Amino acid sequence: MTSSAVSSGAGALVEVTGVEKRFGTTRALRGVDLSLDAGQCLGLVGRNGAGKSTLVSILSGLSEPDAGTVRFGGAPAPRTGDIGRWREWIATVFQHSMIVPHLSVAENVFLGAMPSMLRPSAAGPSLVSWRAMRRRTRGIMGEWGLDIAPETPCGELSVEQLQVVEIARALARGARCVLLDEPTAALERQAIRRLFDRVRQLTAAGVAVLYISHHLEEVFEICRDVAVLRDGELVLTAPTASLSKDDLVAAMVGGVATAGQASAGAGGAAAVAAVEGASAPGEAAPGDAVLEVDGLTSDSARGRLSGVSLRVRAGEVVGVTGLLSAGVATIGRVIAGAEAHSGGEVRLHGRPVPPGQRAAAQRAGIGYIPEDRRAEGFVAHLGVAENTTMAITRELSGRLGVLSPRRRAIAAAPFTAGLSLVSSGPAQPVAELSGGNQQKVTVARTLAHRPSLIVAITPTRGVDVASKELLLSSLASVAATSGAGVLLCSDELSDLEICDRVLVLVRGEVFTEFSNPPFDRDTLILATEGITGMTDEAARTAEEAAE
Amino acid sequence: MISNQAPQGQAPAAVRPDGGPGGGAAPPGGGPLGSRLRGMNVSVLREVALLPVLVLLIIIGTLVSPAFFTVSNFAGIGQQSSALGVVVVGESLILLIGGMDLSLESTYGLAPMVAAWLLVPVAAYGNGLELSPYLGILVLLAVGAVVGLVNGLLIVKGRLNGFIVTLGMTIVLAGMQNGIVKAQSLFNLPPAFGYLGAASVGQLPVSLIVAVIIFVLTGLFLRYHRAGRAIYAVGGNPAAARAAGIKVERVKIGVYVVGSVLAAIGGLMEAGRVSAVTGQQGYGEGIIFTVFAAAVIGGVSLKGGRGNMVGAASGVILLGIVSDILDLAQVSNYWIEAIDGAVILFALVLARVVGGESTAEER
Repeated sequence: MTSSAVSSGAGALVEVTGVEKRFGTTRALRGVDLSLDAGQCLGLVGRNGAGKSTLVSILSGLSEPDAGTVRFGGAPAPRTGDIGRWREWIATVFQHSMIVPHLSVAENVFLGAMPSMLRPSAAGPSLVSWRAMRRRTRGIMGEWGLDIAPETPCGELSVEQLQVVEIARALARGARCVLLDEPTAALERQAIRRLFDRVRQLTAAGVAVLYISHHLEEVFEICRDVAVLRDGELVLTAPTASLSKDDLVAAMVGGVATAGQASAGAGGAAAVAAVEGASAPGEAAPGDAVLEVDGLTSDSARGRLSGVSLRVRAGEVVGVTGLLSAGVATIGRVIAGAEAHSGGEVRLHGRPVPPGQRAAAQRAGIGYIPEDRRAEGFVAHLGVAENTTMAITRELSGRLGVLSPRRRAIAAAPFTAGLSLVSSGPAQPVAELSGGNQQKVTVARTLAHRPSLIVAITPTRGVDVASKELLLSSLASVAATSGAGVLLCSDELSDLEICDRVLVLVRGEVFTEFSNPPFDRDTLILATEGITGMTDEAARTAEEAAE
Repeated sequence: MISNQAPQGQAPAAVRPDGGPGGGAAPPGGGPLGSRLRGMNVSVLREVALLPVLVLLIIIGTLVSPAFFTVSNFAGIGQQSSALGVVVVGESLILLIGGMDLSLESTYGLAPMVAAWLLVPVAAYGNGLELSPYLGILVLLAVGAVVGLVNGLLIVKGRLNGFIVTLGMTIVLAGMQNGIVKAQSLFNLPPAFGYLGAASVGQLPVSLIVAVIIFVLTGLFLRYHRAGRAIYAVGGNPAAARAAGIKVERVKIGVYVVGSVLAAIGGLMEAGRVSAVTGQQGYGEGIIFTVFAAAVIGGVSLKGGRGNMVGAASGVILLGIVSDILDLAQVSNYWIEAIDGAVILFALVLARVVGGESTAEER
């Protein structure tokens, strides 16, 4: 099979024809045809649940299609599960890192295919040649302009560097196609630039790249062609140059889904009504400060804080943004009580909130939408309703603490419906839902306990376009109707569109504040980089706002 | 599962002919290879996974000996298994929060030993206090609670590894069990102290009745009580439970305490059954292996968050029947352990094949 040379050029490097896959009653993929040539960068987009992940796992050789074929360079693909052979053709850099943190860079690059001591050029089952492994790692890194020492333990690397190691791993196997699954999800802006340079370098060298992303602007920037999946079908394949962003969104959402979105909006209002209806009397009147934060300091590994003060008034949506290391997630976590801080004070309705105690912060009325939904957002094998009501079991249970599944389902229904959450029923384990629906569970869990302050950290990360708007608009309308304050900590600028004010953090300090929406994208980006030239203009903006 | 009938917004759930939910949402990354028809059907299947094995064992037992299929034999199995069963409930709770406790076997020996030591006269190696048997039972429960609290504090607050902490504790407690009575056995326990393990109502041993009540109450608690559900949340994903405002540390420490108290109650049953407390009870007999085996055969996950009392109970019954059949078949004492172990391995494999392992959240 390896004999069928890529250099022929005429045949497609990767060719998928009529691929079908079903899970129970769900048809995840229906007759998908896709082809990828050497040196081509093809974008693959689609909403959550459109079948992207399924296609990725088939293309990675991890699961077998029910029908249809995958061909590499004209010959049939290796057997599913024969990962070694499969990697000679296509290697996947997954959304969630597949790096073993305790091993060195070289070991991770050659994981599962360590060079043999006897034949240093080939992978073998016998004794490991550490020298060959390090030398070849250095070689690959040098060849591609990557700069990480092979001896470094991967636990010490940044997210960007880990991704580089994964790309190097793909190249070490001689893969002719690299599949990048949401590669920019955890990267900072400059790291994204460097990733794009690497992708261009790869395609220029004749490597095919399949680029999967929720960020359409990235697709337009880096991909020559784009393929759109909707409900398991490939609805569009075209050169990116021939499309506008609206065309792409239309193809992703489709005619029917637009109507669905309209009803989703109505549902969102229902959820809001549910929140509003039960809001405790005596809530702060609009305009009163719900949250007061003074001089917060922290040495958190996620980003230090050195003296941050801020206010959130009732009904106000305040954004906090900045680079990943600037402390954006830290301030959210500290206020939500998910993490302790080393100095300063957090007050809710004027009362101090005990630091680092999530349960106490929640009782005080602080809702928390965590940064990483897989880690903190839900309990995977418990049902949708149970996860949604996890923060309100005390209210749902009687004096003896008895909690009936039926009451749970009834209590969860308005919130899940309001967010247009799609599941087979309240008892379906959250693990089985798509990423966007999982995020809706996390948001519903927060809305369900009717917080007077919602701390949302990157609430739309890894979520498709339509769900993103739904989630953001539900947060905005909760603030508008129930008088809850919202603190939105996010490095995604599109999240900030719902904000009334935006604070920009640089290295753990408030660098500047923007208080008259709509916020200019470029100005925000420059501010997050802490560019001093902008401070004048920022000051002017602030002045204008004051007037 | 009643919850399936509850309203669920606009979710366009495909309805299967049996009225259950269909797979509505798309699968997350990777796509599980197995069937997606899970939820209720499989959890029921998993709960009764051991039923065919139990039926098979009962058939084998009946063929092996005419004495097997009799009320008195089953009462005997019940009485012998109930002490173990109560410890299995405790261990299952601890496994559910994602912990483990090896020292339950020593608590099972030490708690009745301390109580008995305070009850019996100096001549019978007691300490001379000669407490009333009812106070003795309170002491027994207190010993259990204290051991559980120390374990819980060391593991949860001290952030020490549960395996090592409870391994160390096992040996400390077993040493104390022999130390306080200078390695003597205590006999002539007051009747009230031995009642739980020795008495019967008609043919039914009291210990069996109590064990069944403990299983049923714990099962209902886990399914329908706020704190029971919190145990599943904490075991399934402690970070998510904490983010949802559950006091994770408190739940964990509480479960360690309850687990140890249950082990002490199991020890009381055993002491009553054999009308003595020996230095061997618990650690010396190595019961913890059987305890873990029963829980795991019954489908309680060692990784936390999964399992229930129906499974744990069937694990206990299965092991009880096996050892009874081996007795009745007059298997040579030299071989009984090897066969016992082999049966446990077989049951584990079978339970895994029939019940299926978890499918979710492996990354």
